[in-house]
Amino acid sequence: MNNFNPSISTTSTVSINKVLRNTYLLLSFTLLFSALTAGLSMMLHVSHMVSLVCSFGAMGLIWLVLPRTAHSAAGIGVVFAITGLLGFGLGPILSHYLSLSNGPELIATSLGGTGIIFLALSGYVLTTKRDFSFMGGFLMVGLIIAVLAMVANIFLQIPALSLALSSAIILIMSGFILFDTSRIINGGETNYVNATVSLYLSLYNIFVSLLHILGIFGGDD
Amino acid sequence: MDAIQIASAIFLVLMLVFLFPRAKHMFFNSPKAESGDWNAALLPLVGVIAFVILLIWLVSQ
Repeated sequence: MNNFNPSISTTSTVSINKVLRNTYLLLSFTLLFSALTAGLSMMLHVSHMVSLVCSFGAMGLIWLVLPRTAHSAAGIGVVFAITGLLGFGLGPILSHYLSLSNGPELIATSLGGTGIIFLALSGYVLTTKRDFSFMGGFLMVGLIIAVLAMVANIFLQIPALSLALSSAIILIMSGFILFDTSRIINGGETNYVNATVSLYLSLYNIFVSLLHILGIFGGDD
Repeated sequence: MDAIQIASAIFLVLMLVFLFPRAKHMFFNSPKAESGDWNAALLPLVGVIAFVILLIWLVSQ
């Protein structure tokens, strides 16, 4: 029996396209806002401790405030607060790389590389329209293992482990881009505020990890 | 061990505390992969690995 209803299908497609368009629009604004706060942070020469406090603040907003505000207009303000704090926290890292003779090149390469990875992966999901929701559990377990290894490496200080972790984070976050984009286009994620934060965090982590890897192989210190 | 390292460790442990229930839920409730799904996912990820290797080669020249 054919249960296909064109009016429901069209409404659903329009709704999915709207979520996708709003997500990419908000994502582009938040990335610009992050760049502004990162620039401000570099101008003010903030310390690594301030950067860490910003990360604590952003994590608090993501876990405690965003779930309560994601379905209201206040959610957009919370997204800007999260991305602003994370951008501000990037200041000391960027200042460190800018102090290298090829620092601007490393930052530009990481930024461009992150953009290309995001566009390629999003384009792949949008073209194939495959459902990657099966990856969710594996990605989360991978992330937990990576965070556990990061905690261990704070005490162990093994450079090779640090490099391996940055590589693993790039792969896990690339998997999350596939997962999150497929959830949007398959109707699994209908809230563009949550979708924006998920994609932003993937981009942020890819950028920082890529900068770390390129700094190791291409840095002059 | 300085204050930054201790604060970083606390930050990551807190992240684990928040992530663990969600990870557990997602691991047991995610849909099962169908035939060809993993190949479709691994293809772009291999592309990402190749691209990162290319970037490393470019900056190390």
